[in-house]
Amino acid sequence: MPRTPVNISAQIDYLSILDEQGKVDKNLEPNLSADQLKTLYHYMLLGRRLDERMLIMQRQGRLSTFAQCTGHEAISLGAAFAINKSDSFVPYYRELAGMLYRGWPIEKFLLYWNGFEEGAMVPDDLMDLPFCVPISSQLLHAVGMGMAINIKNEKRVVIVFFGDGAASEGDCHEALNFAGVFNVPVIFMCVNNQYAISVPLSRQMKAKTIVQRAVAYDMPGIQVDGNDILAVYSATKDAVTRAREGDGPTLIEAITYRIAPHTTADDPKHYRSDEEVAIWLKREPLVRFRQYMYDKNLISKAEEEKLEEQISNDIKKAIEKEELLAKSPEFNDPLHIFDYAYGEMPPCVQRQRKELEEYLQYKRGSYKKGEN
Amino acid sequence: MPEMNMAKAINLALHEAMAKDDRVIVLGQDVGRDEGVFRITEGLSAKYGDKRVIDTPLAESGIIGAAIGMAIYGLRPVCEIQFAGFDYYGYQQMESHAARFRNRTRGRITVPLVMRAPYGGGIRAPEHHSESKEAIYAHTPGLKLVIPSGPRNARALLLAAIADPDPVIYYEPKAIYRLFREEVPEKTEIMPLGKANIARVGKDITLITYGASLQAALGAAEKLAQENIDCEIIDLLSLSPLDIDTIIDSLKKTGRAVIIHEAPRTCGVAAEIIAQINEYALLYLEAPIKRVTGYDTPFPYFSKEQFYLPDSDKVVLACRSILEVDGDNK
Repeated sequence: MPRTPVNISAQIDYLSILDEQGKVDKNLEPNLSADQLKTLYHYMLLGRRLDERMLIMQRQGRLSTFAQCTGHEAISLGAAFAINKSDSFVPYYRELAGMLYRGWPIEKFLLYWNGFEEGAMVPDDLMDLPFCVPISSQLLHAVGMGMAINIKNEKRVVIVFFGDGAASEGDCHEALNFAGVFNVPVIFMCVNNQYAISVPLSRQMKAKTIVQRAVAYDMPGIQVDGNDILAVYSATKDAVTRAREGDGPTLIEAITYRIAPHTTADDPKHYRSDEEVAIWLKREPLVRFRQYMYDKNLISKAEEEKLEEQISNDIKKAIEKEELLAKSPEFNDPLHIFDYAYGEMPPCVQRQRKELEEYLQYKRGSYKKGEN
Repeated sequence: MPEMNMAKAINLALHEAMAKDDRVIVLGQDVGRDEGVFRITEGLSAKYGDKRVIDTPLAESGIIGAAIGMAIYGLRPVCEIQFAGFDYYGYQQMESHAARFRNRTRGRITVPLVMRAPYGGGIRAPEHHSESKEAIYAHTPGLKLVIPSGPRNARALLLAAIADPDPVIYYEPKAIYRLFREEVPEKTEIMPLGKANIARVGKDITLITYGASLQAALGAAEKLAQENIDCEIIDLLSLSPLDIDTIIDSLKKTGRAVIIHEAPRTCGVAAEIIAQINEYALLYLEAPIKRVTGYDTPFPYFSKEQFYLPDSDKVVLACRSILEVDGDNK
């Protein structure tokens, strides 16, 4: 037998619609109404301003370590805008703008980064998941949700987010492979921000792209400018249409850059130059989308000022709400530690709860032996 | 003798080990250029280069699995898992391979690796960054498990772990990385694995603990001393192998014990200690043994972590409750 080439069909596109100066490619511009674009701009700005506000609060000691999302707004928001409310949105932890658009109240994020489980309480009307910290494990949950959708013969889709670092975990391979085998309606959105804490992409993998893995798993794949909300939206929309029609998963690689540190506990000066950051600051998503909005006459200076004021007020109100909740007896009762470990509290946990209750009485000075 | 904190002492041990033996390799996420998220690998990359201080892709199973291969091939890998709450991906490699190669090849292939991981609560960390799951490793035959409690023993035990012929889990109580400074001998010091330290000599009750919880025990001993109750404190240092002899010797004297750890209670390390006391020293007991531990719930998010963690008052309450019991065994 001779050596013959193995035929592997592989075409991977890179999609950019709104360039760094905010100039749009008219041929590729998605058909979004003025109201839709205004909504996108609102949530993009809200995501950015909330992120900035939370950084200040963290520096003031009002929040603990938190993961900034500045510069990542176009990806989570563009993707969220391409699915329905009844679909599922599975984040890692930099999807602030998209989750706000999905309907997560602002105060949830403040509660989350202030150490309250209540911040991870998914709003009742969503089949979404909360932040996922352990890296890449959420991908398999999204696949399982997709399998459930198929089993139930529903027309819903799931979009799941993960970083370039997460792509190195075994779970990432397992999820993409399952997705192909079971033809699930799942969109894999890789947020390639080029750093996993200090480790640059070049150390994370030898391949030049993450999206080329789509070929290996035999699913459609596309690379997009992750700082271009129109490109992210368009690519996701196409993937969602396929998924809803039963044509299975898609891998999207959104190229962006982690302008901010990994978290507030990280100091990027250890591992990258200010010059490198400066290059990417010029490409960030908000400035170019604002330019687009101005060019289309969808926003004026006066309207923008009004929007900033409205957002500032919304954030202020949410902070007040969070502070009230964080101080409330309901949120601060240490005995709530035990409430949700199990559906029904087992006897050993009941005993431990009582033990903590006695300790709390002792600390308050009201404990008398034999009382309990 | 220089004074330093525990983070610095662990860093010193890594420097000493790498200088002494060029088979020692450090690998993990962010251990090179970033010098570790807790700065434990500071200066290593600059001194030994990226061949011996390896920034790996983000994959715990990859780190442990590759370390196993290196160890089999004659190196002495010391791998870092960034937070113990993320080491489950690597556990398959640890349990199925690192812990078993010696046994299944009748000693032909051995795996002398060290897995370092910061563990435990108390630093207001995000979700999955505060777990104490040492019992999983203590429950895995073939692995050793070491938990230091301060700068001096941290350095001496890490050097012993690196020299050990078997895979060693070295859990670092991160809440005390920079809590206090202590004199660390100029000259390299190695402490044997499997040997507990008597951190305080006393006669009335034995407090058995390890890691960051030693601080709660010391605080309780001070409070109880004002009531003329004299605590003996055993700092285990090694959880596997466990130094049960030191525990029994102390119980022969005191007849009472409280065991303290921040890991959940059910099937925790304290449960094993109580079982062994039951087997070997039951008749010396004057009262039931009490546990002050984390609860059988997921580690709470940090707004309530202080209520989950053992503290000196919880230990005092536990001590009082069993000091009142008169077993009349003496």
